[in-house]
Amino acid sequence: MTSKAQAFMNWVDARFPATKMWEDHMAKYYAPKNFNFWYFFGSLALLILVLQIVTGIFLTMNYKPDADLAFASVEYIMRDVDFGWLIRYMHSTGASAFFVVVYLHMYRGLMYGSFKQPRELIWLFGMLIYLALMAEAFMGYLLPWGQMSYWGAQVIVNLFAAVPWVGEELSVWIRGDYVVSDATLNRFFAFHVIAVPFILAGLVVAHIIALHEVGSNNPDGVEIKKNKKDGIPVDGIPFHPYYSVKDIVGVVVFLMFFSAVLFFAPELGGWFLEKDNFIPANPLKTPEHIVPLWYFTPFYAILRAIPPIWESQFPGVIAMGMAIVFLFFLPWLDRHPVKSMRYREPIFKVNMFIFIVSFIVLGWLGTQPATGVLSELAYRFSELYFAFFIFLWIFSEQRSAKYYVTSFIVLVGTVVVLDILRGGDADKVAMMFKSGLIPVICFAVLLIIPAKFKASTQAKPVPERVTG
Amino acid sequence: MKNLIATLLISLAPSIVFAAGGNVHLDEVEINLNNKASLQRGAKLFVNYCLNCHAASYMRYSRMAKDIGLTDEQVVENMIFPADFSKEKQGKPKKSGQLMTVAMSEDDGKQFFGTAVPDLSVVARSRGADWIYTYLKSFYIDEARPFGVNNTTFPSVGMPHVLWELEGLKKAVKTKTTDADGHEVETVVFETVVPGSMSPVEYDNAMTDLVNYLVYMGEPAKLKRYTMGVYVLGFLFILFVVSYAMKKEFWKDVH
Repeated sequence: MTSKAQAFMNWVDARFPATKMWEDHMAKYYAPKNFNFWYFFGSLALLILVLQIVTGIFLTMNYKPDADLAFASVEYIMRDVDFGWLIRYMHSTGASAFFVVVYLHMYRGLMYGSFKQPRELIWLFGMLIYLALMAEAFMGYLLPWGQMSYWGAQVIVNLFAAVPWVGEELSVWIRGDYVVSDATLNRFFAFHVIAVPFILAGLVVAHIIALHEVGSNNPDGVEIKKNKKDGIPVDGIPFHPYYSVKDIVGVVVFLMFFSAVLFFAPELGGWFLEKDNFIPANPLKTPEHIVPLWYFTPFYAILRAIPPIWESQFPGVIAMGMAIVFLFFLPWLDRHPVKSMRYREPIFKVNMFIFIVSFIVLGWLGTQPATGVLSELAYRFSELYFAFFIFLWIFSEQRSAKYYVTSFIVLVGTVVVLDILRGGDADKVAMMFKSGLIPVICFAVLLIIPAKFKASTQAKPVPERVTG
Repeated sequence: MKNLIATLLISLAPSIVFAAGGNVHLDEVEINLNNKASLQRGAKLFVNYCLNCHAASYMRYSRMAKDIGLTDEQVVENMIFPADFSKEKQGKPKKSGQLMTVAMSEDDGKQFFGTAVPDLSVVARSRGADWIYTYLKSFYIDEARPFGVNNTTFPSVGMPHVLWELEGLKKAVKTKTTDADGHEVETVVFETVVPGSMSPVEYDNAMTDLVNYLVYMGEPAKLKRYTMGVYVLGFLFILFVVSYAMKKEFWKDVH
């Protein structure tokens, strides 16, 4: 650096820690050298956040948060605003892409135990980001004021009405009206464009600060800080330039997929933009099937699967809430000392597999009408979804054969008791018996095999240093 | 486990089909937005037959003119029919930049047809091209209906058969047969009662043009976005090659 530039930086550094921040977070932040494909999604999530904020700013320049004008203003953006269609599709595709990337990012955390000690707070901040993101997406989806926007919001806000005693007042308070209306649109707009993005940005900063405090995990789950030379982790490489140039490749590949959707199939067959949302909101006409966008459908399936008690939908609402709350507690549920799935015991992998399958099946069921067999299946896969967390806890340490067998009996017993509580006519009971095989067989695989074959619960030795 | 789930899902398949049931068979229409002549013929049908009760109030005449290869003058002369007489006696001057609105109000629609007449700007995106194409060919004589016609694709629809002059009038002959699974299936065959000015093939072609136009109008950007997408992907591909080479160069010393 020339002496003039150096002098300028000295002047700045005496007043603001510019060089220090650059070094702490980029040039001298040592990240493990063995990051794989799954480590692209963090930086991609950040990219999409920026993309959503920038396109969002341009959209608000022409969008009108008014029940009479909203739908038309979106079409105005699509037709009369220069490149308005491009900005709008970037924003709508970006919303779905955000969830794709965040789900893969969370799955990476699950696989490599990135949520475990000492990274619990990173996980908690991440979960809060996920929650804020869901709120952001839900409120943003009302803004185009199409039929699905309207009725989706109607259904979700009505969930709050299921809360005992105060439900009705609560839902009116949220809507600002007795039905979703102009008042709701206005306040959702306010939350969507300023309140939630502000919270999101703050949480992202906290997430990254926490990450850079403890350092990144890696596919081997090895703590690189335990093996240092001259104060620098032997298996670490500076984030900049190594990972900055690597992430650029990830960004370009991501943008190729993103552009393929954006330019050639922005509706993605109804998965990213629903057909019914091209009909203006009509409070007097309920669509045949009200389907939330794909990223909410696993939770929507759980919500609908839980039968009402005393004609109250509250149990379903609680179950849906718990499906997310359980994720917060992962660091305290899974206490196995081995972090990465690479070295975890075989039965843990089976548990993960069942969980992923359940999540995807629930996601699909959430898009289908909740009729007999489908709704019964959703109930069974909801059981599997929740059982995953119990198994994480069970597999946290070596248990006796008796422990596994007892757990099996308790779990199957719980399923049976819940089925008795659900009750129903002869057809329903027959269906329950058949569908009950799903959890029972899964539980049997996960508990009887460990009881019989000790090898299935043996973790592999974790290497001292990262591999590859 | 995988097999069990697969088996379960396969056993569910019939019920899924059943759940989606109630849909009528749709004829497929071939959409070609590059066919400017077809778009122009479709636009002509649209402004003559549809744009009297139905509005397309998010669409401007000038945008249509530009996209389908007409001049503003051609459009003002030949395609904007209603002048606005509400304020000026001689009518407000017609402007190519105006939106495709109609004089008929929503309340008029409710009175005349029993329901508000929907705006058609984005109808191709909510209904789909095949549905509209089939719908336009599915009117048949039904004396029980207020306008004397009904529709197999949209039963008890409030709309009269506006295009009857072109297509003529048909009656629906319903026959019930039993299919291989023992279910009763109703098949409908149309028989022409009053011939129209077009032959059935001509009418099919005309409806293809009209639907083609509606698809264009649903998303005018469609004309641009494919071409732009090719350029963007091409650019990203080059960027990928360069960025990958850069990554390789930087990572040479990492072991």
